[in-house]
Amino acid sequence: MARETAEEPGSAETAKVKRQRKEKTKENKTRTVHANILYEKAKGEENPNRLYADNKIKTTKYTLLSFLPKNLFEQFHRFANVYFVFIALLNFVPVVKAFQPELALAPVVFILSVTAIKDLWEDYRRHRSDKEINHMDCLVYGRVERRYVEQYWKDVRVGDFIRLRCNEILPADVLLLSSSDPDRLAHIETATLDGETNLKQRQVLRCFYDLDCDFDPMKYRSTIECEKPNNDLNRFRGYIIHRNGRRDALYKENLLLRGCTIRNTEEAVGIVIYAGHETKAMLNNNGPRYKRSKLERQMNVDVFWCVIILLVMCLFTAVGHGLWMFQYGDKRPVFDVLSPEGTDLSPIMSATYLFLTMIIVFQVLIPISLFVSIEIVKICQVYFIHQDMDLYDEETDSHLQCRALNITEDLGQMQYIFSDKTGTLTENKMVFRRCTVAGVEYSHDANAKRLAMYQEVDSEEEECTSHGGTLPRRDSVSSQQSARVVLRSHSTKSHRRTGSRAEAKRASILSKHTAFSSPMEKDITPDPQLLDKVNECSSQMDFMRFHSQPMSTLPSELSDVIDFFIALTICNTVVVSSPNQPRQKVRVRFELKSPVKTIEDFIKRFTPSRLTSSGSNNSSSSSLITSRSSNRGGCSSFLSSPSADSTLTKLDEEQRGPPGSLEQAFSPVQPPPPPPCYDGKASSLEEGELRYEAESPDEAALVYAARAYKCSLVGRLPDQVTVELPHLGKLSFELLHTLGFDSTRKRMSVVVRHPLTDQITVYTKGADSAIMDLIKPPDTGNSKGKRQKKIVSRTQNYLNLYAADGLRTLCIAKKILSKEQYACWLQHHLQAETAIQGREELLFESALRLETNLQLLGATGIEDRLQDGVPETIESLRKAGLQIWVLTGDKQETAVNVAYACKLLDPEEEILTLNADSQEACALLLEESLHYIQVKFLCSSSSPSADPATSAQAFHTDYAPPFELYHPSHSSSSSSSSYAPPFTVHRLGLVIDGRTLAYALDKSLEEKFLLVARSCRAVLCCRSTPLQKSMVVKLVRNKLKVMTLAIGDGANDVSMIQVADVGVGISGQEGMQAVMASDFALPRFSYLQKLLLVHGHWCYSRLANMILFFFYKNAMFVALIFWYQFYCGFSGSAMIDQWYLIFFNLMFSAFPQLITGTLDKDVSAETLQQLPQLYMNGQNSEEYKPYMFWMNMMDAFYQSLVCFFIPYFAYADSDVDLFTWGTPITTLALFTILVHLGIETKTWTWMNWLSITFSISLFFTVALCYNASCPTCYSPSNPYWTVQRLLQDPLFYLLCVLTPLAALLPRYFYRACQGTLFPSPVQVGRRLDKLPAETRRNILSLGRVKVGSPPPPALSPKTPFLSVNKPSPPGCNTSKEQRSFPSPRSHTHKQGQSSPAQGPTDSDKGLSDPYTSAPSDIDTLPYTKDAPKLSGEKSKDSACPDQTLEASELSLSSWITSTPLLTQTDSVQINLPPDGHSACVTYSRSTEDRPERSLHTAL
Amino acid sequence: MMATSYNAKDEDGHITVSGPGTMRSKKPENTAFKQQRLPAWQPILTAWTVLPAFFIIGLIFIPIGIGLFVTSNNIKEFEVDYTGVDVSSPCFNCSQNYMWNSSRPCTCSIPFYLEQPYQSDVFMYYGLSNFYQNHRRYVKSRDDSQLNGDLVSLTKPSKECEPYATNENKPIAPCGAIANSMFNDTLELFYSDPNGTLIQIPLSTTGIAWWTDKHVKFRNPAGSNLTVAFQGTTKPVNWRRPVYELDADPENNGFINEDFIVWMRTAALPTFRKLYRIINKNNNMIPTLPQGNYTLEVVYNYPVRSFEGRKRMILSTISWMGGKNPFLGLAYISVGSVCFFLGVVLLLIHYRCGNQNNSQDISN
Repeated sequence: MARETAEEPGSAETAKVKRQRKEKTKENKTRTVHANILYEKAKGEENPNRLYADNKIKTTKYTLLSFLPKNLFEQFHRFANVYFVFIALLNFVPVVKAFQPELALAPVVFILSVTAIKDLWEDYRRHRSDKEINHMDCLVYGRVERRYVEQYWKDVRVGDFIRLRCNEILPADVLLLSSSDPDRLAHIETATLDGETNLKQRQVLRCFYDLDCDFDPMKYRSTIECEKPNNDLNRFRGYIIHRNGRRDALYKENLLLRGCTIRNTEEAVGIVIYAGHETKAMLNNNGPRYKRSKLERQMNVDVFWCVIILLVMCLFTAVGHGLWMFQYGDKRPVFDVLSPEGTDLSPIMSATYLFLTMIIVFQVLIPISLFVSIEIVKICQVYFIHQDMDLYDEETDSHLQCRALNITEDLGQMQYIFSDKTGTLTENKMVFRRCTVAGVEYSHDANAKRLAMYQEVDSEEEECTSHGGTLPRRDSVSSQQSARVVLRSHSTKSHRRTGSRAEAKRASILSKHTAFSSPMEKDITPDPQLLDKVNECSSQMDFMRFHSQPMSTLPSELSDVIDFFIALTICNTVVVSSPNQPRQKVRVRFELKSPVKTIEDFIKRFTPSRLTSSGSNNSSSSSLITSRSSNRGGCSSFLSSPSADSTLTKLDEEQRGPPGSLEQAFSPVQPPPPPPCYDGKASSLEEGELRYEAESPDEAALVYAARAYKCSLVGRLPDQVTVELPHLGKLSFELLHTLGFDSTRKRMSVVVRHPLTDQITVYTKGADSAIMDLIKPPDTGNSKGKRQKKIVSRTQNYLNLYAADGLRTLCIAKKILSKEQYACWLQHHLQAETAIQGREELLFESALRLETNLQLLGATGIEDRLQDGVPETIESLRKAGLQIWVLTGDKQETAVNVAYACKLLDPEEEILTLNADSQEACALLLEESLHYIQVKFLCSSSSPSADPATSAQAFHTDYAPPFELYHPSHSSSSSSSSYAPPFTVHRLGLVIDGRTLAYALDKSLEEKFLLVARSCRAVLCCRSTPLQKSMVVKLVRNKLKVMTLAIGDGANDVSMIQVADVGVGISGQEGMQAVMASDFALPRFSYLQKLLLVHGHWCYSRLANMILFFFYKNAMFVALIFWYQFYCGFSGSAMIDQWYLIFFNLMFSAFPQLITGTLDKDVSAETLQQLPQLYMNGQNSEEYKPYMFWMNMMDAFYQSLVCFFIPYFAYADSDVDLFTWGTPITTLALFTILVHLGIETKTWTWMNWLSITFSISLFFTVALCYNASCPTCYSPSNPYWTVQRLLQDPLFYLLCVLTPLAALLPRYFYRACQGTLFPSPVQVGRRLDKLPAETRRNILSLGRVKVGSPPPPALSPKTPFLSVNKPSPPGCNTSKEQRSFPSPRSHTHKQGQSSPAQGPTDSDKGLSDPYTSAPSDIDTLPYTKDAPKLSGEKSKDSACPDQTLEASELSLSSWITSTPLLTQTDSVQINLPPDGHSACVTYSRSTEDRPERSLHTAL
Repeated sequence: MMATSYNAKDEDGHITVSGPGTMRSKKPENTAFKQQRLPAWQPILTAWTVLPAFFIIGLIFIPIGIGLFVTSNNIKEFEVDYTGVDVSSPCFNCSQNYMWNSSRPCTCSIPFYLEQPYQSDVFMYYGLSNFYQNHRRYVKSRDDSQLNGDLVSLTKPSKECEPYATNENKPIAPCGAIANSMFNDTLELFYSDPNGTLIQIPLSTTGIAWWTDKHVKFRNPAGSNLTVAFQGTTKPVNWRRPVYELDADPENNGFINEDFIVWMRTAALPTFRKLYRIINKNNNMIPTLPQGNYTLEVVYNYPVRSFEGRKRMILSTISWMGGKNPFLGLAYISVGSVCFFLGVVLLLIHYRCGNQNNSQDISN
């Protein structure tokens, strides 16, 4: 992480920077910035800043001069280009030359120039935008003018003073020196950097804080020392050295980054620290990512094979030529031309030369245009994905972004999905649900009802929209009319949505309001009981305040309640803004000393003109001035001065003197206003209109929750938080410190001075695990301690309950510091703050010191709602054969419950929970789980490959077959195959926590962990760190050799996203880091379904088919020439004119396949989504298997034989000349190739027809022109008038009809037979497409599709696709054993095994188990013969006849199926005793009411 | 490309400076093209759907094939091999010659009998086998500009002609290996009248080359007199006469000599024939070549023993589809039958296997 030494600024680095780096070796750790104006007079040489990059940016790669060499150099990085250039150059060697050298260069030059033009154009665009940016204006202080003058951005230099106005974009990284803001703040919006729309505060340097008047650059004499440019947006360290030698530290809070926008601040002045390419924004800007897709890797293997074939063919020809020469001996036939020198060529020499010639002639076999074509097709695919309306989110007005352009087809081959939970599966919209204060739970029933209402509205909406949405799409061949219908239905859909939440949200986003302002999140219905308590408490406090009673007399429960809400309100970083100018923060300082006389006065003060009119600078500045001056004058003692030093001195003062009188502190901000008035106008003004902007949504949720209890945050300043409490009115808390949230501590704290008690209070809010450990152990001696203990234990109970409900829990605690304690801590803290090296660590330690011995106040439960359509998406992705793992940082209970809610875990399936405390324990656990799985699913492991479809069927009907079919080779090749069970996916869920995961990811255990994990249907890793996430992905990806997709939305998912084959970012509310790192960015998780199932499938099948076709095409064409070698003495002669040979690939046959590769749809989008199983097509690489390459090669050879020998015999022993014979062959090859493409094309649009027509007409046009153009050129072919004569020859037409037909007959026949006898799933899907829409829907909904019926055994080599309606095979009927392994019933299992004859009956009974058969029937419904109703009845019936079930169990089990609640779930917990030494593993059912069922198994 | 607009945007990653009023919805357009909903024809290849194609192809191809076959069979063709490898052959003596430039002309005459009269124009070919006129270096060895009458090329032949470009420091015209190896046998045809007299059959030397070759591609160098025009060049090594003495007729001499032009059009395959003469039909009443005895008089110059070649003389009539070649007819018939047969197979497949799933899927 040492960025100062090893900075890698990336490609944006200019030469200048490099030079500068060399020159500045002596100060390689820091940069020193002086003010430029001091050196204005001096020559450039003496300006100490001269070595730093200027602000002119240049993102272009090339200059006019360097374009050609540099671009060529870059293009030659691609091996293929080098190869083709090599071949073209070979043509210049006379001995081996095959074509006209210039002509042979043509394709390479064409390819290179196409790429070059593309690069040039992109570079030009960059150049233009550079220019635009470089010529933007900003105000720079000029020494001569003695004022700020307008300059172009590019002229800004390091050390310049620039003045920034509101809404201006920062031209460089600027250190903030002055701000017009009264609090010495500047607000910036960093949306362009990280996408976060909330405002960030930046502080003026402390040393310039006190300046009363405007900052005068002329007086500036300081020097700034800071780090070298680096790309860490969240770090900036350095110090400023004043003339008097004093050093002040610089923080990232002082730095304004280039690209941000100044908001809410009229003016700010700063000095440029980093400019141009050295700004953090530019250093962070690394271009697009290039990955190589799986398909491309596979393709490269086959390109390699093509090279081998090429060499073999060349070698064969060369040897043939040698022998041919040899047979003539010395006789020297007249046609064997001597070498140009007139000497004789020996057979060996000519064979050697010929070898090289043949490489040139056969070069077409390596498809030169393949790479370009693939690129073009991918760009078009990206374009179409981009344009998909279904991937467009109207609420956020965002759509899918493809950031990686060359891995679209990988989307169709995914096997594992790793998903983040928060923000990805859930909306990351926190809704306050319940809380517990001082051990009392407030259930907030009314609130729950309200939320349920929202949910209902939502689901209703979805029903309507889905109904309306599917209606018009039913017929795939949609006419113009139906397109219109779609349009209309879409508009109604959007209208529907606009009616409710969606509209509100969209409106709020569009108007740049805060994202957390949907009514669902804001309007919390308070719990009446709690509300009463709050009211009571505050009125009592009010009373006490008036009577100057010490606050300690307050009943502790009530004080806890009020403290709880105060903590909710102030322990955060929420910024208050008013809705009319959302970026205008409410900044009225509530003066404690000047009580508001009347309510009118209050209102007047509270709504200053600047709140409503931002434009009127005059009034605002005047109000600012007044407020600022009154600050200074009025409250020097109480209001903290901003610098920490003064805080300390003040503390000393206070300690010496008598503590600040209560009277003074409590001097009311305002008299308690008469209730009606208060509730009326004033409240509507503030409460209704204040908005909260928070960095994390749960903070906002808590503040809104507190506001519901009339504890509202009304203002926040860096040193003061103003809270309005019922009865008490506005109270200002002096904010001494904010110890921000970090993921290690998992908590945040604020240190405030309580205005009522004048105590220094620490409010801490954080994850329960973090807080609970820090609670002060209550001394049980007194009643208070007992109460505390009770509170803690009760709260813990409630916390567990909340977690079980899937709520995010936060604990609230406080701590009261004595002055001495505080002073002591402050001393250390200040040291930490000013340290330059290791400041973060010191601050962290300082925070740890403070956050101890807390007093628990209560806890909150916040609901993170699932995103729309998440369960459906997960279900359908899973049907598509995707393994879904959820990796989350959340705690186990929450994660498990969300997993249930989103159907990741099934209540019917067992859950293995791995929690271990040590490496050994973890190893033991894994061993045990493996054993467990093996024993339990013994049957499947005993007959792994003998009958995969049937054995798999017994357990996991719809998941297993593809894996079984696909992975046997893998599992056998795996090193651990000796004890590896076959790779089947059982109905098991695995839950593992972060600590255990750390052990499991150890080298020694990872194999075992994978074995366990991959046999589970769902894996849930909780409490995992970002690093662990990426390690898991890496492990799975590398060890299982599968395609992985990681999806996440936050910064903690970035590493995982980067590691996975395909990274998907959710462009949600948590900033853009995930999106920046991702290959694809989606607005919602549910869009993943269409992205993968439809676009992934299409992209994959299109590209796979296109690549295969390319290989075929080139092989077929080259083989024609190869056959000819037998008839020309292996002399390397070609009957195909060199022009055709070279342009055939590039022009004549290129367009149709590009169109097909871009537009072909094997199955319609609707069917693909309704039948997710079709996705397995891509997972298993069905479209492009290694053998298919060879099949295609064989077909190519056959077709070329036909295309060669039919003309051969037709023209045998005739007076046909070389090119009159070769031209028809070229034409035939073209026709054959086009018809072949036609057979492989699944959908014919007018574009296909057009492209084919175009291709043919292009060929004939070129041929006619070429053959008519020059009677003497184009040696040696000299095809003058050949085509013209051919076109008059009836034989030519006869050949053109016969040959393609004969060539394609086998393929056509094969395709027809395949379509009938063993249709692939995709073909069945296609057949479904053809059905009338109504019928298709019925079939799909009834599950009547029998994809691939059992064919006659003699005719079908393939196992049918998902034939689940076969009877269960005997001997494999362990399905009923699934949940009974630990139970005494396990003997039946052995019975079932030992007597296979019993099988059929068992299988009938097997239905009786509600855990297995019934759900499996449901799962496979679309593919089984039964209607859902039927199977539902079955499952009900089935609960009864199993004799072995006890009555209680029976009722329980039937209940379980209907209520997916954690506590009732039948899950197996494998827990090791914490010491890890016990040789005993506990399998215990988590069901608490059945302790007797827990079973101890000795190892 | 359409997609590059955002492609480039991704790459440059600039701070986008969006002016005011750009709050345009990014919603994609709902057009059939962009949403990939273009109306399309979706053929599904199953036994049942392709059946008609197979039967139709069969039904069309078989008659065509029969027609072609009959046409080809109606073409009369007669072939005489006069290589003279056999000792008994009249040309045996001549064939022993390996030399190109033997001064003594060797002649031989081969008698043959035509069993059928040839009614229409008869084309007389000479055929060579095992002669690789398509050899790569051979094919290249010519200079088209020289043949086109270009004066510069006449004196400075292209280096493609090497090593047949110059001889004794004089440029060769026509240069190159093709010209050098030009076929130089002379064939004459005599009809033996039933009463024993030999009647020479008039052979037309013109009209045997492509019109475009004779008039566009090949031109003599400018000059009133061919001899003058070719001054300063030398004849190809293997030739007996210079190029301007190929024929007496000035319209058929020099580069535009049709025998030369025909030879220069290199054959595609090692066994080939080239049109030598045309026997024009004079009278509708009399067949061009009546049935009877003929004698082929050969001036045997062209050595073929070095490559084991054969020389033939072929007499053939011609139909609309060219010379006699039964292959195409047979090919059509067989492909048609195969299609028909496969059609039947598909029908069987359809009724035996296709029924179950088709009906189940679709009849719903």
